[in-house]
Amino acid sequence: MTLHTPVTQDAAQPAYNYAYLDEQTKRMIRRALLKAVAVPGYQVPFGSREMPLARGWGTGGIQITAAIIGPQDRLKVIDQGADDTTNAVSIRRFFEKTANAKTTEATDEATIIQTRHRIPEAPLQAGQIMVYQVPQPEPLRKLEPREAETRKMHAWAEYGLMQVKLYENIARFGEVTTTYDYPVLINGRYIMAPSPIPKFDNPKMHMSPALQLFGAGREKRIYALPPHTSVKSLDFDDHPFRIQSWNEPCALCAAADSYLDEVVIDDQGKRMFVCSDSHFCETRREDGHRGAMLADATSSGLVGESKL
Amino acid sequence: MTDETLIGPGFADPVFQSQGAFRAILAALAEPGTRQAVTEGLTPPNGLHAAAATALLTLADYETPIWLPPALRDGAAGAWLRFHCGAALVAEPGRAAFAVIDGLASAPALADFDAGTDQFPDRSATVIVQCAALEGGEAVTLSGPGIPGTRTIAPAGLRDSFWAEVAANSEAYPLGIDLLLCHADALFGLPRSTRIEGAF
Repeated sequence: MTLHTPVTQDAAQPAYNYAYLDEQTKRMIRRALLKAVAVPGYQVPFGSREMPLARGWGTGGIQITAAIIGPQDRLKVIDQGADDTTNAVSIRRFFEKTANAKTTEATDEATIIQTRHRIPEAPLQAGQIMVYQVPQPEPLRKLEPREAETRKMHAWAEYGLMQVKLYENIARFGEVTTTYDYPVLINGRYIMAPSPIPKFDNPKMHMSPALQLFGAGREKRIYALPPHTSVKSLDFDDHPFRIQSWNEPCALCAAADSYLDEVVIDDQGKRMFVCSDSHFCETRREDGHRGAMLADATSSGLVGESKL
Repeated sequence: MTDETLIGPGFADPVFQSQGAFRAILAALAEPGTRQAVTEGLTPPNGLHAAAATALLTLADYETPIWLPPALRDGAAGAWLRFHCGAALVAEPGRAAFAVIDGLASAPALADFDAGTDQFPDRSATVIVQCAALEGGEAVTLSGPGIPGTRTIAPAGLRDSFWAEVAANSEAYPLGIDLLLCHADALFGLPRSTRIEGAF
């Protein structure tokens, strides 16, 4: 008796539905998305499915993208601003494989931009959809661990605790020390976690012409920001909200208005600051902008010649 | 078998037709007051506009009870939705997740539908209003999320009290129902977050 029947190559191909999710799951996610859009900033519970990668690696964003993507779409995926890091590459390949998706690295060409922890530097346009991967959708969770309580706080707009937290920050350190996932008030009603984007990106959400969708796979929540919606970073009259600034421009493209990452370049303590948005930086270098360390970075192989 | 009980076909290509229709509905609710056309190629049952039938086929299933006017519920439209969506058709408006109403019918009132609860405002109904036309009626001005400044729409064939009911619905924000105003294969979205001004 043969225990193993050989499987032919064709039969071994997995027969997934378009964009991996089954149609009933897509309907459930689509209904949640519509309610999320109707109540901006409110977290809609949804039946998060098991995906072929671990929860916490962007399964919320992937499920939203899978529920909205179609043959006309062009998908861009970024991880901390970069198109070429692990999370971005594997998610892009997932949709190329399961949805035959057209992909791009150019922000202005994309119709759907799935992102982990950044908003691109290039201004978003009407008709584009941002999909955020969210690890912790509940902005009040660190202040109140009980879901039953945070739900009531949102229901009754009891947000004093958050103001107290920001106040204690100022009392102790002289300023609000939260630098990412900085809480925002949506449409004057719900406090929302903008996902762990740097507070540098918060002003880009305010009145953005693009639709912004947020998915938390492990925490099973979906929320949304329609275009042209007010997004206010919480602050005090005498301590207004401020974004980060740097003493030097990008070392590769000399941009003075983008979000910079610190990169350690040797074991002697040398470091440089470069744009976190890789496509923005490359586009500027192609346009002839040259930063102070571009020549060094090219000769040591950190930046490819073709990107000059 | 008579024409009354004959069930017509649904989507020929369920995956892509429902994806296209969903994106139109998403755009309609994300940008209230912009006219969106749903994908063509669906022959709706008697009594339903193509946009209403497409929206229900895209969004409704065994998890979402549907309310229809009694004449539609007992006719071809009811049979069509039961068969294609597998959805329960309910008689009380308050139990429905989706509903189709005629713009001119005096009942049920918008307030009869489930507006959600303060802790779960997402559990409210989505009501599809079938209008005589999407222009040429009484003009109302919309503002709120999704609208840069204001937008004006003027759908025709709505009962006299309709806009006052919609205004009362948005007063209850974040509670409230969400509306899709449709005619033929086009629709407007009117989520509860939209504020209404007009001469009503």
